[in-house]
Parts: sequence; C-alpha cells; structure tokens
Amino acid sequence: MKNVIEMSGVSVYYDQICALDHIHLNIKEKEFLAIIGPNGGGKSTLLKVVLGLIKPDKGDVKVLGQPVRHSQSAIGYVPQFSSFDKQFPIDVTDVVLMGRLSDRIRLFHSFTKEDREIVEKVMKQLEIDGLKNRQIGQLSGGQLQRVLIARALVTNPKILMLDEPTASLDANAKTQIYAILKELNQKVTVVVVSHDMGAVSSHVNRIACLNKKLYYHGEAQLNNNVVRQVYGCPIDLIAHGIPHRVLKTHEGEVS
Amino acid sequence: MIRAVLQYDFLQNAVLSAVLASIACGIIGTIIIEKKLVMMSGGIAHTSFGGIGLGYFLNIEPIIGALVFAIGAALGIATIRRKYQTHSDVLIGMFWAVGMALGILFIAITPGYPPDMTSYLFGDILTVSPMDLWVMAALGGIILLVIALLFNYFRAYLFDEEFTTVRGIRTVFLEYMLFILISLTIVVLIRVVGIILIIALLSVPPAIARQFTYDLKKMMLSSTLLGVVFCLMGLWISYELNIASGASIILFSVLSFILVSVVKSRLQMLRKVNTDTKDTQL
Ligand SMILES: Nc1ncnc2c1ncn2[C@@H]1O[C@H](COP(=O)(O)OP(=O)(O)O)[C@@H](O)[C@H]1O
Ligand SMILES: [Mg+2]
Repeated sequence: MKNVIEMSGVSVYYDQICALDHIHLNIKEKEFLAIIGPNGGGKSTLLKVVLGLIKPDKGDVKVLGQPVRHSQSAIGYVPQFSSFDKQFPIDVTDVVLMGRLSDRIRLFHSFTKEDREIVEKVMKQLEIDGLKNRQIGQLSGGQLQRVLIARALVTNPKILMLDEPTASLDANAKTQIYAILKELNQKVTVVVVSHDMGAVSSHVNRIACLNKKLYYHGEAQLNNNVVRQVYGCPIDLIAHGIPHRVLKTHEGEVS
Repeated sequence: MIRAVLQYDFLQNAVLSAVLASIACGIIGTIIIEKKLVMMSGGIAHTSFGGIGLGYFLNIEPIIGALVFAIGAALGIATIRRKYQTHSDVLIGMFWAVGMALGILFIAITPGYPPDMTSYLFGDILTVSPMDLWVMAALGGIILLVIALLFNYFRAYLFDEEFTTVRGIRTVFLEYMLFILISLTIVVLIRVVGIILIIALLSVPPAIARQFTYDLKKMMLSSTLLGVVFCLMGLWISYELNIASGASIILFSVLSFILVSVVKSRLQMLRKVNTDTKDTQL
C-alpha cells in the first residue's frame, strides 16, 4: 500500500516552545490511525501541519506525494468543538454545504443542485437528515459531531482527519461515532486524535503515541513501557475495566 | 413632519441618508456582532477623527480625510495583528486614542477660527449635504455589492475561519476585504450618528434581529429595516424636540432593544408556565 501522508523530520516551535520534535510518520492508504498522547502533546499541531494551517519550522510534509499547499482538497477535516461559535446564525444544512465550497472564489456563487444532492445523501448516511433546519447550537454533542463529519465528507476526501471527535460525548455516542468512522474507513484513510483508549482499541488498526516526540507507531497493541513514557502515568488507569484492551499486560504482571 | 419632509430639501436629505446608513449598518453590523468586532469598529471610528482634523487642516472635505484614516486604521490593525500576534484590544486602544489626539492636533494648528466638531462627534443628520449623500450612496453601494458577490464565502469565513482556510479559500483576503467594508460603513455613519455613537447603531439592530432569526441573510435584512425605523424615529424626535439627531437615534434604539428583550423573555416565561400547567393537568 502506498503512503498517503509522509512526514519527515518535522519540528514545530511556538516561539520558544517546542510542540513537535523531529517527527517521522508515514500513514498508509486505508489506514485507521489513532493519535494518542497527553494534553499539550502536539496532536492538534500535527494535524494542522498536515492541513497546511501551520508551517513546520523544519522538515517536510507530503500529502498524496505532493507538497501540502496543493493537496488541501484531499483532506476532510473535523476540528475540535471550540473552533467556532455555536451561537452563530447558521443552520445544519448550510454548515454541511460549506464543505462544497471550492478553493476558486467565484462571484455570486450559489450552491448547485449537485452540491445539495451530495449534502442530502451524506446527511442521510449519517442519520442527521432530520436536523436540517436546526440552528447549529441546538444540537447535542453527538449530533453536532455528525454534522461536522458530514461537512468533511461532502468534500469527497481521500483522507479524513478528526481532532478529538468524541471528547465530551457519552459512551453510547462515542461508540456510534467510531462505528461510523470504521465504516468510512473502507473507502478513506482515517486519522483520529483521541484520549479514548477504550473506543480506540476496538476500532483502529494502528496507533501513534505523541508527546512532542513520536514514541510509537504501529499495531494497536502497546506495552506498558511506551505508554508510561508517553503519558508518564501507570497504564492500568487507561486500560482498566475495558473489554477490548489496547494494552498488552506486561509479562510477569498479574492481569 | 411629513409635510415638512416634502417641503424642505434638508429633511429629504436626512431621510435619504437614514435609509443609506441603515443598509450599510444592517449588513456590516450583523457581521460585526457575529465576528465580535464591535470594539474594533469603535477603534476604527475614533481613528477617523484624525482624518477629519486633517481634512480641515488641508482644507479638503473632512469626510474624505475620515475615509482615508478609517481605511488606514482597518488595514493597520489587521496587518499588525496578523504579523505580530498582538492582542487586538491593545492595538485598538492605541489606534483609538492616537486618532483622537491627531484630530485635536490638526484642528489646533489649522489657521483661523476652530470649526465646530460636534456634528462629527455626535452626528447631525439634519445637516447632511448633497456631497455627503453622494459619498454615502457610493460607499453603501460598494458594501452591498461586495457582500452579494461573496456572500457564501463570507458566511463560511465568519462561521469557521479555520475550516474555510483548510478548504483552500483565501481567508486573509476576505479578512482584509471585511475590514475595508467596516471602515466604509463607519464613514457612511459618521454624518448620521457621529464617531462616538457609531458602535451603538452598528450593534443594536442586529442584536435585536438575532433574537428572532438564525439565518444570516434574514438577520441582515431585518437589521436594515430596524435601522431605518430607528433612524427615522430618531430623526422625528430630534426634529420635534430640537435635540441632536445622533443622541435621539441611539437612545431610541437602545430603549427599543431593552423593550424587545424584556417583552420577549416575559413571553417565553409565560409560555413555559402555560406548558407547565398543561403538563400537570394531564
Ligand atoms: N497557538 C499557540 N501558541 C503557542 N503555543 C501553542 C499554540 N498552540 C499550541 N501551543 C503549545 O504547543 C503544544 C502542543 O499543543 P497542541 O498541539 O494543541 O496539543 P494537543 O492537541 O496534543 O493537546 C502545547 O504545549 C501548547 O501549549
Ligand atoms: Mg488538541
């Protein structure tokens, strides 16, 4: 399988603070990758570098073999909740339609019938077609997250990147979101930032552990040492009581 | 007063300028409160006072000076904010005060008897000249046209700048465009309510409108209509009671805002109580 995202030697500094330190990361086509790591570990920064929102201070990023600037339309992006004002006067349909805007600014632009049909189809697929005329603030967390995923999907992306899509959702909504992503993963590469080891473990096939440096990238099976290094805390906190464990117990440890 | 409007040119000018001001105000005011740029607009408005002073000093039309200063302030604030990531309220504060100081300075060094600045500071819709009207009409037309041309892009940019950027749309261009439109709006409004009162006329109509709709276009439209009502009522009050039009327009607008908000929350409470009693009856 070919690589859809290639990062080599990427470093990012905010003033003096180093957020990413020499990251080498290749993401393969149709991979379902979870990026985990502590708060402030640079997960959002990494997504933003790939999206072209932040220019890396060092290193090189290629998306589908091209420099970031020319590949923006290939990535569907689902930001963290906080990136917009939920009181904004806009309804669900118009939010999803935003994904159909193309990069060439056209005067008196209006959305075509095709745009609306695509939006309709995706909203049906994510079971949010009943919410069409709701103002964006009048949704539950899980509904809003589906709307944002729909907006990313109508761009026809090859890669879907989601920044903590299940933070602040209840367990049921979390499972639903991951089920949706799993299904989407049959056609597109999915990269998801998450703290949610439980849900991650039963769905993704690869994990990247990020805390400034990339500590681990591989199968969704981790041993204690890596996690302890990344999070700096004992892992039974993370894996406790979860049926599908991400984490192999350490040899010799009583499980 | 209606007979007077038909009779006197200056009243016709006043009514026309009220309508023109309301169009600019409804469209840009809506954007300003949604993008949280009210203080920014206040800063640009006050900076333009420097331009008015310069206009007197150079003996050119003061409103042209205001236009130049307003655009300069808008572009300056936008650029510095982007480049140095300064907190915009610090910047706004500096532009605000420096503009006022320059205005005073220019007036002071202008030879001859100092002009009366109150009409620029507090607005005087009854002294709008045909020249002012032409400027207002041209600027209002530009504002309307640009927003109509780029409406979908502006809405996307206002709602979620980051996502719009990721889509490859040049949001920096939209931002500069928006800031220029704000400065044009301010120049349109200076003659009507004056530099000091502008932010109220920009923010009150959309603040009322947003209580009744969550559609950006409808909000712009109803803000415009509300603006017309406020300006004409204010004009009438000012004509009848012989007080400055800027003050009467602003006071009338803010009173309406309070009234609407109180009535609306009362109605909501009543409705809630009604459904509650229904529920207990069931
Ligand atoms: N805009 C910014 N300016 C300065 N520092 C930032 C900015 N964004 C993030 N940082 C810093 O960079 C580091 C990584 O942040 P981030 O990528 O948001 O982490 P995560 O998403 O993993 O929580 C943190 O130390 C954070 O404080
Ligand atoms: Mg983050």
